[in-house]
Amino acid sequence: MNIRQFREGMIDTIPIMFGVFPFGLAYGIVAQSNGLTAGETLAMSLLVFAGAAQFVCLPMFAESAGLAMISLTALLINLRHLLMGASLAPHMTGLSMPLKALLSFGMADETYAITIRRIQQKGYSPAYQLGSNTAGYCTWTLSTAGGILLGSHISDPLSWGLDFAMPATFLALLVPRLTDKVSLMVCLVAAGVSLWAAVAIPGKWYIIIACLSGVAAGGLMERRETNAD
Amino acid sequence: MRIEVMLTILVMAAATFATRFSSQALLGNTSIPPWFQRLLKHVPTAMLTALIAPAIFAPQGIVSFAIDNPYLLAGMAAAFLAYLRQSPIVTMGGGMIVMLTMRSFTI
Repeated sequence: MNIRQFREGMIDTIPIMFGVFPFGLAYGIVAQSNGLTAGETLAMSLLVFAGAAQFVCLPMFAESAGLAMISLTALLINLRHLLMGASLAPHMTGLSMPLKALLSFGMADETYAITIRRIQQKGYSPAYQLGSNTAGYCTWTLSTAGGILLGSHISDPLSWGLDFAMPATFLALLVPRLTDKVSLMVCLVAAGVSLWAAVAIPGKWYIIIACLSGVAAGGLMERRETNAD
Repeated sequence: MRIEVMLTILVMAAATFATRFSSQALLGNTSIPPWFQRLLKHVPTAMLTALIAPAIFAPQGIVSFAIDNPYLLAGMAAAFLAYLRQSPIVTMGGGMIVMLTMRSFTI
């Protein structure tokens, strides 16, 4: 493991973590108002490490929805990881299975975005990815613990508009990618479809549907361009 | 801690890990066909867009292009800063300032 690249991965991830921290606080606060104990709330952040799924499942715990229903919901919300993992796979083919498993465990929206940016700029580095994952994991678990401690003493931090920190940092990662016609088309199609699907289809399906539509549009456009040459 | 709650959390964790790891396990040691790799190249752009667009254009679950949607104005500010190749921290900070300013006027 290259310590310098590990540290680089951690440091590059810190800005986006300002957007994650309020989510962790909110999760810690909301979990307890849904009847989870402090230990259960923290255990979920330590073991599941998936913000959206954890949030969505909270009211289901309050309603005692049952193991099958809750786990299936978590599975569906996290299906987008299949696509993210597939896009990293060509870079990770040389790694051992245990290392792949460790790196996969820490792959969340934010750490994935940071790792992809590094691949585009300087190439893939497992140490860098592990550093990014470590920063993400520590932020998520520490902010959960913070939310548990704060409990009902403060109002939901997301109601102040802090939930904007996440799309803002994603914009910083997205905009530099839009350098050619194909990328722009991928973005426009994904944006249009995600807006339509977010309103029309319940749950988090819009992420996968929009992502696949954007990818398909990019593929079609590239094929047309190579045919025209 | 209750046993049934902890058990549910464990199964949730296993399901989540499966979504993160199965692409590596399945695609890992076979060569990925070039046409598929070309498609996968578009996943980051499409994924980031799919996460951002509804958060900015439809923050309350309703699509709003109106000027009083603080997420839209703050998003435009952040996108502009990102276009100028500012660092992520400046992009986020600028967007947050617009957001918090609009919030303090509307409350």
